Amino acid sequence: MSALVLKQLEKSFGGLRVTAALDLTVEEGERRLIIGPNGAGKTTLFNLITGELRPDAGAIALFGRDITRMPCRRRPHLGLARTYQIITLFPGETLLHNVTLSLLGLSALRWNPFRRLARQQALIARARAALGRVGLDGLAERPLAQTSYGERRRVEIAMALAQEPRLLLLDEPFAGLSIDERKEVHRLLLSIPRDVTVVMIEHDMDVALELAERITLMHFGEVIVEGTRGEVVAHPRTREIYLGG
Amino acid sequence: MIRRVLIAAACLALISVPLWVGNSYYVNIASQILIYAVFALGLNVLVGYAGLVSLGHAGLFGVGCYAAAWLLAGGSGHLTAALVALLIILATSAVFAVLSLRTSGIGFVMITLALGQILWGLAYRWIGLTGGDNGINVPSRPAPFGLSLASAVPFYYFTLIVFVLAVASMAVFVASPFGASLKGTRDQPRRMTALGYNVWLIRFLAFLFSGFWSGVAGLLFCYFNEFVSPNVLALGSSAEVLLMVISGGSGTLLGPIAGAALVVIMKNVASAYIERWNFVLGAIFVAIVIFMPEGLVPGSIRLWRWLWTGARRVPVRGDAQ
Repeated sequence: MSALVLKQLEKSFGGLRVTAALDLTVEEGERRLIIGPNGAGKTTLFNLITGELRPDAGAIALFGRDITRMPCRRRPHLGLARTYQIITLFPGETLLHNVTLSLLGLSALRWNPFRRLARQQALIARARAALGRVGLDGLAERPLAQTSYGERRRVEIAMALAQEPRLLLLDEPFAGLSIDERKEVHRLLLSIPRDVTVVMIEHDMDVALELAERITLMHFGEVIVEGTRGEVVAHPRTREIYLGG
Repeated sequence: MIRRVLIAAACLALISVPLWVGNSYYVNIASQILIYAVFALGLNVLVGYAGLVSLGHAGLFGVGCYAAAWLLAGGSGHLTAALVALLIILATSAVFAVLSLRTSGIGFVMITLALGQILWGLAYRWIGLTGGDNGINVPSRPAPFGLSLASAVPFYYFTLIVFVLAVASMAVFVASPFGASLKGTRDQPRRMTALGYNVWLIRFLAFLFSGFWSGVAGLLFCYFNEFVSPNVLALGSSAEVLLMVISGGSGTLLGPIAGAALVVIMKNVASAYIERWNFVLGAIFVAIVIFMPEGLVPGSIRLWRWLWTGARRVPVRGDAQ
């Protein structure tokens, strides 16, 4: 069964067509890299998959289930998690609380107005474990506002991984990171188990190519080239549109 | 430990109010502070924890007032009147929520303002039901378990019990997983949706909780005055309680209580000595906004910490060089 199937997906903002009859299939366990110049429609594609945007036409299937019209809030419950290009966290809260909120999103406990969140030991232990996975368990009690950009990127990933997704969408996970931080995140992404399908948007080809098995090149909302690393990098259209030279 | 001592001291101070304030006039002012504190705590659920500024909450406060007054004037018993009034408050809150939660930000402010004004217009113009400008007289205060609340002191204790229940329910609510979810929808609604939360439903339930306590405060106000008129639903009442929340410190438990105390004392006590008390109250609000933009309670805590850390700094020889 394919993890993600997009069929003839279309999206326009007024007269601007940002996704044009897009077809994409990602197999279970695959590491897929989406590349393309700025404005190619990569983040819009993620927003369509997560349901933050409604497609004008076409269909989206997640692990064989049609989710085209499913509200955004229900998709994480089917195993879909994402990170954002622009870090979107809870700056007034601690790292631990950020990850706890992520876990709470999939728990029936989120409706409970009577129990104390601070006493939900099992939930908090899972949040600590998720922070440990990204090497931030030592900073669990620190307010997010007092952390570096790189640490926040890792919190984003921790929040997504904490939900134990089946399909993980990573939107430029290396953006704005220092060389050392890139190494950390790179190591972290390599450690994601194979039962998690990963689709990643990234501009840093050096690190991204190492992670991806297949690559999709987008331009003006269309899939221009798709194939293995070697095929896409060697393709003349990739050089023309994206790599240059 | 310090926290528990402070809570115990606050409880003791509140219980002993009738003993040290002297006459019933001041006991009634203390009752008013508690009633408005419950109202402000109710509004604070939306303003402080959900990030939704309502300018129509006097409508919910007034609905509680009018429902109880109308039923009591029609000959219903106190228990029936209170229960039916609570149901009406919840139903009205649900209607308010469904209509206003279609938007957020300034749109939410405008819709709640409009809904509040509709209720005020009905109270003012639907004379057959509300008595119009003449209002409705409440025949008597209740006597739960045979204890009459007709005089100031028993009524104060009755209000204090409701106030303690309101504060306790808020404390439990804020520390709960649902409270954390609500605060998350205030800070990052889009992110919360992507994490699997139903942002609309969380806000809707919070609106009901907020409306419930605002209505309970209205019910108390109806019993306190034994009279209700369209003034309780006016825009000025909504703005006043919003100022209580903001000046005291929205998103805190003590802030709305401090804000309610400030406004009620200025209105009832300072006005006896200062002719232009409105001017003084306005100046106080301006000062709070300038020097403590986070509100009186969080601002005072910040100031206290600053003074405390300043006092504990031991000068080291040679520091001046």
